[in-house]
Amino acid sequence: MEIRFVLNRKEVTIDTDPLRRLLDVLREDFGLTGVKEGCGEGECGACSVLIDGELALSCITPVGTVQGASVVTIEGLRETKRYGKISDAFAEAGSVQCGFCTPGFVIAAEALLRTNSSPTEDEIREAISGNFCRCTGYSSIVEGIRIASRRGREKGSQA
Amino acid sequence: MMAGTGAIPLAGGTDLMVRHKRQGGLIPRFEKPVLFIGHIEELGLVVSEKSCVSIGPCCTYSSLMNDHRLPEVLRTCIRNIAAPAIRNRGTLGGNICNASPAGDTIPVLSALGASVVLSKVDGKRIMLIDEFITGPGTTVREEAELLTGIIVPQTKFDCSFYRKVGTRRYNSLSKVSIVGLMKVEEERVSDVRVAYGAVAPTVVRSRAIEEEIIGTPINDIRNLIPHICERYSDLITPIDDQRSKKSYRKAVSLKLLRLFFEHCTSKL
Repeated sequence: MEIRFVLNRKEVTIDTDPLRRLLDVLREDFGLTGVKEGCGEGECGACSVLIDGELALSCITPVGTVQGASVVTIEGLRETKRYGKISDAFAEAGSVQCGFCTPGFVIAAEALLRTNSSPTEDEIREAISGNFCRCTGYSSIVEGIRIASRRGREKGSQA
Repeated sequence: MMAGTGAIPLAGGTDLMVRHKRQGGLIPRFEKPVLFIGHIEELGLVVSEKSCVSIGPCCTYSSLMNDHRLPEVLRTCIRNIAAPAIRNRGTLGGNICNASPAGDTIPVLSALGASVVLSKVDGKRIMLIDEFITGPGTTVREEAELLTGIIVPQTKFDCSFYRKVGTRRYNSLSKVSIVGLMKVEEERVSDVRVAYGAVAPTVVRSRAIEEEIIGTPINDIRNLIPHICERYSDLITPIDDQRSKKSYRKAVSLKLLRLFFEHCTSKL
């Protein structure tokens, strides 16, 4: 089946089984390996993407359901100024160790901050509640998102 | 299109894709053809009428959890399902048709007296959700039928109580869930609903026990609690599974029941 959608702001068309996981299509057909398979069952968040601006899990999304939608992966987000703020904040807070979970957390952080630019700690923790990290113990990630939200609101900053 | 094929309707896919997953990059294997319905606009609407709200089956949890047309207790229940990413794709209709004994919205919908609309090419039928779900993973939906609406009465309750017990705050499958609703008029209980999830093959609810309680002066409820707990105890038949032991589930269920009635008596 032909599936047409917008991927990282470019219109793309593929002809494939609509039940294939979006994760596999992104990694294998488009070479976008920033999305990872950590569990394959929607629990760990390593496969996180934005679909129509909302956080979603590509390992449990059939590619047929993104027909006509806009999909953003970490590779797409990386080109934006907003990403830069998150990336700097994560570096400052020490939010990254092995880095496997990081694309998922950055996507989740972006999904939060674009609708809530000054989240409370509870709101940050809820926003990342679908992401697992085995290395950091989460506090440095929460701190990284907190710093990013503050930087994003600072005078003169452009998101 | 559906008759004769046994097609599986798929809305968000957050349950179906997990159940049918295979190793690595293999395509999920479904035993029957899959019908994508998540994109159908008519199935994703919420319509508020005078005494009820009609919810489309393909409404995602995220879209419903802050929709003020829905009863507060249903919104609270939805906020406790999974985590943000799953709530953005998972749907109310999916939770109902999956009919898991641990499905969180089902006891709440049952307590609210919700009905489901099943449509096929040449007609439709409407039934209470308690009639729709007959066992674990089992509904009376026919091959050629689609769940096209969930009708929730807009009864106002004076006291509303919901608890979900799981391993963590997010992304938890319920060990026990309870919903309690009470209305008091002229200092007597005029309506009460109690429903449990995850402690029996389907929702535990007893209209008979509820009717016993109706008419009781609110000041007498505290004394009645041990009797009420005993009545429900017979109906709560949990199992041991990978999540919990039945003794734990039963003990917690009865404590939550007590908590609901104490909450009502202190509030009203």
